[in-house]
Amino acid sequence: MDLVNPGFGLVFWTAITFLILLFILRRFAWKPILGAVSEREESIKSALDSAEEAKKEMQNLQADNERILKEARAERDAMLKEARELKEGIISEAKEQAKVEGDKMMKQAQAAIESEKKAALADIKAQVATLSVDIAEKVIKEELSDKKKQLKLVDDMLGDIKLN
Amino acid sequence: MRISSFKVIFIGLLLALPIAGFAYDKNESETDKKFDPNEMIMHHVKDAHEFHIIDINDKAISLPLPIILWTDNGLTTFMSSEFHHDDTGQVVVEKNGGKFVKLHEKIYQLNEGATSVTFDEKHDPTNASKPLDISITRNVFMMWVSVLVLLLVFISAARVYKKSENKVPTGIAGFVEPLVVFVRDEIARPMIGEHKYKRYMPYLLTIFFFIWINNIFGLIPILNGANLSGNIAFTFTLAVFTFIITTFSGNKNYWKHIFWMPGVPVPMKIFLMPIELIGIFTKPISLMIRLFANITAGHIIILALMSLIFIFETVAVAPISVLFSLFITVIEIVVTAIQAYIFTILSALYFGMATEEEHH
Repeated sequence: MDLVNPGFGLVFWTAITFLILLFILRRFAWKPILGAVSEREESIKSALDSAEEAKKEMQNLQADNERILKEARAERDAMLKEARELKEGIISEAKEQAKVEGDKMMKQAQAAIESEKKAALADIKAQVATLSVDIAEKVIKEELSDKKKQLKLVDDMLGDIKLN
Repeated sequence: MRISSFKVIFIGLLLALPIAGFAYDKNESETDKKFDPNEMIMHHVKDAHEFHIIDINDKAISLPLPIILWTDNGLTTFMSSEFHHDDTGQVVVEKNGGKFVKLHEKIYQLNEGATSVTFDEKHDPTNASKPLDISITRNVFMMWVSVLVLLLVFISAARVYKKSENKVPTGIAGFVEPLVVFVRDEIARPMIGEHKYKRYMPYLLTIFFFIWINNIFGLIPILNGANLSGNIAFTFTLAVFTFIITTFSGNKNYWKHIFWMPGVPVPMKIFLMPIELIGIFTKPISLMIRLFANITAGHIIILALMSLIFIFETVAVAPISVLFSLFITVIEIVVTAIQAYIFTILSALYFGMATEEEHH
């Protein structure tokens, strides 16, 4: 029966020893060990969190880059388009100007030609007049000798003039 | 390096185990009297006043331990060596005005005027009484050794963290940390709950390692199987601690479940009250008996298997005995951890029940 009969001495020493052990270990072992473990867990957690954050930031940055690239591309396209438009504008303007200039020159030339022609015609007319006066003079001088011949001559000459 | 040397010591102790047990029993049988397995086993399983190491040529080599008694004349102390290894009440020691004898590892004080012990038919002393005995027995001694080992291991582990800046567990801390984390994550947290487990961690950790190391020490034969965790006084004390903590941390909800069980009809409430009230006490009692019975039974089985050799008085049984006892010993090594785990997890479960909040 001894076996299942707790002896007072051992109960006494177990209680004292256990309480002292509990006190010392709590103060000098469990507190530092558990503290270190939980501290490490915290630091791992925060490291993971910050890694996640960095990843997100990276993604943001990448998105930003892409956006900037897109914008740059769009800007380039716009600039090219503008340049093209400008070029076309310049060309068409130049063409127009050239045409206007050409027309102007043509008109001037035509005007010049016209005036020249007029002058020439006037000149010719004057010459014809003098010539015809001369001819008339000669004819008259000749023809006036013969009446018939005088009339015929006048007729011919007049007909000639009409052709001109 | 440190861990590998631990391994070497551990394996060495394992290897020495069956051999040492064998050697001890052989010496026992060399005495002339007939081998009594019951006496041998009980001698091993129970407490003793000296730390017996080995018998060489019938001469006992043992470490004497102090005997501390509270008698009518006050505190009386002397060394157990004064009994000269006598355990039959023959040697009378006179100290502090009292006469003392040792009989079956119990100290008796002779009544006034008596000079030697007289026995009745049951071999109980008739003219002696038992004074209050708070001796440093074999179990107390081994308990202190285990405390020293625990302090050494855990305080040096704690110092590893203090030294290293990034709190990396190296050396002994690498060995200790998984166990501590195991107690925290597999015992305290699920049983008590995330919010309250921290308060109970020191107790749970201490009780887990205290029981475990004493279970292991009980299996080391050179320590002569100081069967501390298989002693009911030890398990009783620890169970009382669990009982006290459970009772004092019980909240309103806990007591309500005991005295006035919610959610059942009134006759049932009245019926359940005494059952729950008894339950308060049966829980720690089951803790006490479970650990005591498991460890003691393991020791008895190993010793009984060894005793077979001397019961049959033939060495032919030896291989079978050694093989079986090795097998049981390996199981017992697993049991050391399992029983420590069960004691701790059930304590944690009781704390969790005591602090559980009402479900809404």
